[in-house]
Amino acid sequence: MKLSILVNEGPYTHQASDTAYQFTKAALEKGVEIFRVFFYNDGVNNGTRLTVPPQDDRNIQKNWSELGEKYKLDLVVCIAAAQRRGILDEGEAKRHGKGEGAANIAPGFRISGLGQLIEAGIEAERLVVFGD
Amino acid sequence: MTTLHMVNKSPFERNAMKSCLAHALEGDGVILFEDGVYGAVKGSAVTGDIQGKAGAVKVYVLGPDLAARGIADGRLIEGIKVVDYPGFVDLVTSHERTQSWL
Repeated sequence: MKLSILVNEGPYTHQASDTAYQFTKAALEKGVEIFRVFFYNDGVNNGTRLTVPPQDDRNIQKNWSELGEKYKLDLVVCIAAAQRRGILDEGEAKRHGKGEGAANIAPGFRISGLGQLIEAGIEAERLVVFGD
Repeated sequence: MTTLHMVNKSPFERNAMKSCLAHALEGDGVILFEDGVYGAVKGSAVTGDIQGKAGAVKVYVLGPDLAARGIADGRLIEGIKVVDYPGFVDLVTSHERTQSWL
């Protein structure tokens, strides 16, 4: 079984990111393949490396990065949604003249287009949507 | 062709659960999670909505979200099954598609 995950909400505002993470983790631990996790709209805020939650709180961004590294997950943030919200990789930071060190995409995430969401829906047997 | 309906909103906040139950077909499943778990509590104004579909539609509720809200299993409508996250994954894979009622 192959699943794709769509996350439409940012961390710490709604429970959607937490649920999506817990669901994805449980699926991977069961041996279910995750084709891609696509972050859309405010969901892109899951992918900024500048997140610094209090030490006694869960670090949702870091959780995604660690899960991504462990299972070689394809974590994709939507480029248009990301640019609106100030989530940039090296290439985009340079292209928009944001200066050195402006790139803030979190480890293990990549920025790409909506075509990746369509592909995620086609390639996986289920597209599971988490949002508000 | 069975569908797993995913409801994450309290039935006292939005009408997602009510709409979902009205659309759910025989053999479908409904999972209540996040604030949706409030819909699983017996003796509320919406209890009848779930009981009206008993037999045709199977209703599940996510245990960790019940625990986070202090809802003990004894307070649930009879027939509702409590699942954990791996159980949630099983529901997604055992139904032919999912529909998130956002």
